[in-house]
Amino acid sequence: MKPLKLLGLVMLVVLVGIQFIPSRTNQDKAVPPSDFMVVNGIPENIGHILRTSCYNCHSNNPNYPWYSRVQPVGWFLQSHVSKGKEELNFSEFGSYSIRKQKSKLSSMVSQIEKGEMPLSSYTFIHREARLSQENKKVLTDYLSALKDSL
Amino acid sequence: MKTTMILFFLALVSWGASAQHDHSRMGNSENSHSNMTPKMKEEPRVIPSITVKHSLIVTSILDNYLELKDALVDDNGKKAASSGKLLFDAIGKFDLSGQPAPKQKELKDILDDAKENAEHISESAGKIDHQREHFELLGGDIKDLIVITGADRTLYQLFCSMYNNNKGGKWLSASDKVKNPFFGDEKMKCGRVLVEIKVK
Repeated sequence: MKPLKLLGLVMLVVLVGIQFIPSRTNQDKAVPPSDFMVVNGIPENIGHILRTSCYNCHSNNPNYPWYSRVQPVGWFLQSHVSKGKEELNFSEFGSYSIRKQKSKLSSMVSQIEKGEMPLSSYTFIHREARLSQENKKVLTDYLSALKDSL
Repeated sequence: MKTTMILFFLALVSWGASAQHDHSRMGNSENSHSNMTPKMKEEPRVIPSITVKHSLIVTSILDNYLELKDALVDDNGKKAASSGKLLFDAIGKFDLSGQPAPKQKELKDILDDAKENAEHISESAGKIDHQREHFELLGGDIKDLIVITGADRTLYQLFCSMYNNNKGGKWLSASDKVKNPFFGDEKMKCGRVLVEIKVK
């Protein structure tokens, strides 16, 4: 067998093989009582924006695309989401101290205003997650008011 | 005798006015402004103060916070990151068990938040804007901390109204001279003393 052909075969075996490595998915159907939207009684328009632009990386209830089941893409996504949830997990928001909730709301507002979030590497593929100027304003106004009310 | 009485009366009135002045500066009541006559508004501003007990428990936290503040005044993100790391470590070493039990929960919330903010600053050497965001949050944590624990030096809480799209930002300094950590060179002079934190 030619070396190139052998290399191709090995890569194919590896690629197929890694699909069978069990991976923990982040998906959890149940919305916990500590969820940001539950705790704060978030109106539907705000909830829709949050679910579309934030919850896929910052909650336990993401909507994963089909290719998240294909490795190594899935692993990459997984590590990304772990980091996102470590910074801010909307599903656990209600369990944060009021001080932490206020800090997180401040950070959310400035990250959105500065266009740092949602990540451009994410919106590049997920066009629907991009925030229009109008939605940015609606969302940041809402989050600022919520912070002041806590 | 009559003159003494008048002087005494005037002294009482002006004392009352300055006390009211303090009150409004603390942000407790906007209405008290309207009680002041125009003449009294022109008097030099009395800086409100609070007094906290003397304590050495926060020395390393304050040292590193102030180092961090100076690094941001100097627009030095790298230095801010290393001070942030030292601050993170100092907060981690704070011994909660030595504090009164009813205050421990609140202190834990403050320390957790401060730690997270310090961590962000330590990991964002190349993003000074991001460091400043967390530095602003951190200032609130440290102030609330020393109100409970006490401090080892006089501090000033300063306020610059221009920070964060005119939402304003606060910070702590060991000096009442304004050197703004949010803008660095750009708007070094933005700010005024909100409150002096004295040590008993």
